Amino acid sequence: MWVIAVLALHHDIWFWKSRHTVFGFLPIGLAYHAAYSVLAVITMALLVKFLWPSHLEVPEDEYAPQEQE
Amino acid sequence: MIPVIVILLYLCVVAYIGSVAFRKGKENTEDFFLAGRTIGTAVFFLSLFATNMTAFAILGSSGAAYKQGIGIFGMMASSSGIVIPLTIFFIGTRIWSLGKRFGHMTQVQFFRDRWECSGVGTFLFFLSAAMLIPYMIISIIGGGQVLQDISRSSAESAPIIPYWLGCLIVTIVVTVNVFFGGMRGVVWVNVFQTVLFLLFGTVAFITIGQGLPGGLSDFVHNMAKDPVNGALLSRERMPAEVFWSYMFIPLSSIMFPHMSIMCLSAKKMSAFKQTVVVYPIAIMLIWLPCVFLGALGAQAVPGLKETDGVLLHLLSQYAPAWLAGLLGAGIISAVMGSDCHQVLALSTMFTKDIFSYYGGLEKYGEKGMVYFARAFVLIVTAIAYLIALARPTSIFELAIRFAFSGFAALSPIMIAALFWKRSTKYGALASGIWVLACVLGTWYLTSYSDSFAPKPPTPPAKSVALAEGKPSRTEGTPSTNPTEGKQVAQLNTGAERQLTASPVGDPAGKKSPIADAPKKGGKPGAKAGKAGGKAGAKPKGVPSVPIFPQLGNMFLRSPTQVTVYGFLPVVPMVIGSLILMILVSLLTPPPSKETVDKYFPQG
Repeated sequence: MWVIAVLALHHDIWFWKSRHTVFGFLPIGLAYHAAYSVLAVITMALLVKFLWPSHLEVPEDEYAPQEQE
Repeated sequence: MIPVIVILLYLCVVAYIGSVAFRKGKENTEDFFLAGRTIGTAVFFLSLFATNMTAFAILGSSGAAYKQGIGIFGMMASSSGIVIPLTIFFIGTRIWSLGKRFGHMTQVQFFRDRWECSGVGTFLFFLSAAMLIPYMIISIIGGGQVLQDISRSSAESAPIIPYWLGCLIVTIVVTVNVFFGGMRGVVWVNVFQTVLFLLFGTVAFITIGQGLPGGLSDFVHNMAKDPVNGALLSRERMPAEVFWSYMFIPLSSIMFPHMSIMCLSAKKMSAFKQTVVVYPIAIMLIWLPCVFLGALGAQAVPGLKETDGVLLHLLSQYAPAWLAGLLGAGIISAVMGSDCHQVLALSTMFTKDIFSYYGGLEKYGEKGMVYFARAFVLIVTAIAYLIALARPTSIFELAIRFAFSGFAALSPIMIAALFWKRSTKYGALASGIWVLACVLGTWYLTSYSDSFAPKPPTPPAKSVALAEGKPSRTEGTPSTNPTEGKQVAQLNTGAERQLTASPVGDPAGKKSPIADAPKKGGKPGAKAGKAGGKAGAKPKGVPSVPIFPQLGNMFLRSPTQVTVYGFLPVVPMVIGSLILMILVSLLTPPPSKETVDKYFPQG
């Protein structure tokens, strides 16, 4: 659900026509998506922490690298 | 001359790294194609990122922002910043795990084994290769063009590096790097390239931002009040359907053969952890400064015809020459970083999916496979070079544009193979045929509607002067080179060709800027504004026209592309592919229990 909410937040119709700036120079539409990128980082960090597919790890004894011929 | 020196130094370093990697290599395919599956975390991230970045991230993004505004960042970059890490997290890790357990080195090897098929795998191989080859060739064309244009001392002067030589240099360096170094050489070079990439955006933004008249803050505020350019600080010129459609494009990333093969090269799955977390920030570091500067460029250097050169214009006015050299190296990095991976991926695919699969391995052994792979690299790059000399740019640009939608629409096949036991080879075949039909159909519609496509607005007179080498100057920033405008314009044409291939987005929308916008009430595309809510209503621009008036707004043609009810073709392509995968799989017999148990073990 969190991921779906994040994906939905990408479509920020509320800032579509706004020309306001943040920090005195950054257009709010750009600032929003910069913040969205940070939200993406947080989302991925949460996924890694709580939903990491550790069952996919391959133990060394199950993997046999090719030998040189 | 400084940019040429910087770039040539860079190319020497690339070739040297390839030769060093050769001495570390072993003579087996796993080592040559996947660096022995030994890539560590930091190198894995930097290389994966370079694989996915092209010159579009620097020049194309700023050029698009020049026309369409700061919304380009949200449309192409921040969407990729969430979708690509998600695909790496959910799909890339599984590809890695299965590859390590069962020895796969390509997607097709996995599909063949997963669905107990041969012919369907071969079909998917040809489909993927057909969409990847133009991408590789156009990288060489773009590289040659960039080297030619950046090596001119003035717009009228002959280039130090002519086009044929530029292409040859790029081809040789790519060949040396891949031929000798294989995956190991490519990823080592990627580290160097990604650092250059990441550095460029921030340095350019700080340098140019400080030089803008009145300072950055005043400049932005003045621009916001401008009746024409002020709109570029919002998304007033951006149709909401296209913005929304772009969320589908990054699905292509993991389906590009060079990306999925790259996923197989990690030593441990933990390498994916840092990669997916850092990825959105890395995209932002490159794209945000370039997009912002591109939008500001509309005010600082108005009227450019070749808008992809806006950063070069800004650099020439507000930055020292060495920064232009860094930009040149950054562009070539982008060209070569992805091109090396594409050449290596094609070599891997042809060696494993065709030559080895159809008897080559039994006949010539593992070492013979490596010889074949190296010979293939030589042959394919030589052919690519010869094709590049003919500059068949328009055909390949179109092919690449469709390739992004095509690979995105193949993603349901991979998702079904990884997550759905009941999926079948016939479902995959149906999806593949759908993708092929859609790509060809879109191509046909584009060609058919070229003659009556609406024309983009003519740039103001000032732009002509700029394009002819007489850029308007801001007071206090006198030009030392009155002809640089034309030079920049020429550079753009070369870069632009490469740019179309951005994995972070472009294909369909790169040239669409103003184009896809507009729609007036009752006319084709009238809903474009509504979809963006009241804020996104009625973007200004050139109205799209219906391709078949009797079908209403189903197929619309903007100045640059075809849309389906205002949406990019990628949307119906992905949805159709998904539906066919499900329906046909349910109607056809599943793989054997042994195979299902192999890929979906209990517990």
